[in-house]
Amino acid sequence: MGAGGTVGQWVGESFVSDRDLVVLGVGMHPWGKWGRDFTEYGMVAARAALADARLQWKDIQYVAGADTIRNGYPGFIAGATFAQKLGWTGARVSSSYAACASGAQALQGARASILAGFCDVAMVIGADTTPKGFFAPVGGERKNDPDWLRFHLLGATNPVYFALFARRRMDLHGATSEDFAMVKVKNSRHGLENPNARFRKENTIADVVNSPIVSDPLRLLDICATSDGAAAMIVASREFAEKHLGSLAGVPRIRAVSTVTPTYPQTILELPDFATDSSAVVAPPDRGFKDDICFSAYEEAGIGPDDVSLAEVYDLSTALELDWYEHLGLCAKGEAEALLRSGATTIGGRVPVNPSGGLSCFGEAIPAQAIAQVCEVVWQLRGQADGRQVEGARVGITANQGLFGHGSSVIVSV
Amino acid sequence: MVESRRVNRVPAVEGWYTIDAAPHLLGAKCGSCGTFVFPPRDNGCPNPTCDGDELVRTPLSTRGRVWSYTENRYTPPPPYKAAEPFEPYALVAVELAAEGLIVLGQAPKGVLATDLKVGMEVQLETDVLWAETTDDGSVIEHIVYVWAPAAPSANGSGSPS
Repeated sequence: MGAGGTVGQWVGESFVSDRDLVVLGVGMHPWGKWGRDFTEYGMVAARAALADARLQWKDIQYVAGADTIRNGYPGFIAGATFAQKLGWTGARVSSSYAACASGAQALQGARASILAGFCDVAMVIGADTTPKGFFAPVGGERKNDPDWLRFHLLGATNPVYFALFARRRMDLHGATSEDFAMVKVKNSRHGLENPNARFRKENTIADVVNSPIVSDPLRLLDICATSDGAAAMIVASREFAEKHLGSLAGVPRIRAVSTVTPTYPQTILELPDFATDSSAVVAPPDRGFKDDICFSAYEEAGIGPDDVSLAEVYDLSTALELDWYEHLGLCAKGEAEALLRSGATTIGGRVPVNPSGGLSCFGEAIPAQAIAQVCEVVWQLRGQADGRQVEGARVGITANQGLFGHGSSVIVSV
Repeated sequence: MVESRRVNRVPAVEGWYTIDAAPHLLGAKCGSCGTFVFPPRDNGCPNPTCDGDELVRTPLSTRGRVWSYTENRYTPPPPYKAAEPFEPYALVAVELAAEGLIVLGQAPKGVLATDLKVGMEVQLETDVLWAETTDDGSVIEHIVYVWAPAAPSANGSGSPS
């Protein structure tokens, strides 16, 4: 694992690079539809992460907030909003918006600041209060805004795009509604004992295939809900963490944060676009966008898919979880259904996917979600994932996708 | 005797498509590298290796093949103006071979998921997206492009000549 030429040191069996970020603490506010102000959830998550890190709020030098766009001005300046909520301490702040990847973008901001030596310890935080039903565009008549126009001209909700991908899996790879339902069944079992999950009820194949169709072929139980929730983490430089903890043995470290954008031409129709880029003049890149998100993370960490103990992926729909198996290189293109059926992605299998229960059990709290994925990996690597533990987990990867060319993948290992 | 009301047809968005008897999408083509863009724009070529700054409106192929499709069973939220009661409708993503684009659009009313298949040929038509009655009693129909299952074609390509 210790990549050639990297400065760092061996701690037991692990090579700790100077470019690793040590995760000192993680915390969440449970997901649900609580209907309260998003800053209240954020405060709970922040204090949980601080307690987990055994640090005081005043010790935090930098607050990287992930923005929410549906909660007014405080949502746009999340870093400052949470700093004020917790009580001004003079800490530096930043606020990031990258749709569903906002949390990872915030983490990358904290990481850059720490690795550049501007600070030693930072909080990464995101929280959301969501409206009922479909996500809709921000209000007002904005005829130049593609996000507004896709709703106005097409009624192209988010599940419409999820459904286009699901239909492709059916027509190209022979996926069935039962395959999609199996993802839900697996994740509903995984999340049963997760105290932060919103939906903790076991679903059967029959429950899923008998639920109403929302956007054909996807049914209500194939599609993730929108949720309230919050997640926070405390990250630090190796030097700070060593001083604070004494030893880094067994302490989860962030090895990679990939936040690449697509490469022209982007030839897959993605949210919220009306059309792809044109491949008439420039040939499509060898690796598509979502493959590249994952590949870049592996490359940065100097590892590959075979090294992964578990993955937390963005199952906006059941069918999209199957797509992620392939983007992550857990199997070849077109083989995700077979991998799922083999049990490999179930806890106890070769590479469990979404041991937390995933978005299927959480629903989506956009700015918190990419942070929550990392929180779960940290609990898994510490052996603290009660009732859903992946035994012997040493490396976890997250994968996430948002609107407008955003996405992320984070690799954490012990 | 029923008096026929005046009906004005207008595009639901300006400059993306024509609504005449032979409708077509209006893309943009870069004068320097020749790449296509939809929705159209006037400047700033999206090809990162091209510094072209003049994009010309160009009609896109009126026939293509289904890349994927879906069918909405629930009313989308505003600013979609749904009919009451809501009727399910299909959406189709269509590959245009000559332009190397995939363009998402609605299917005409009454064409549903069971009528579609990945790879099948479709053609561009128009349909009423929503309509309003003005104070003087005339009707304004806001028209949108739609992808309809293609009728057999003489030349088969549908590419603009």
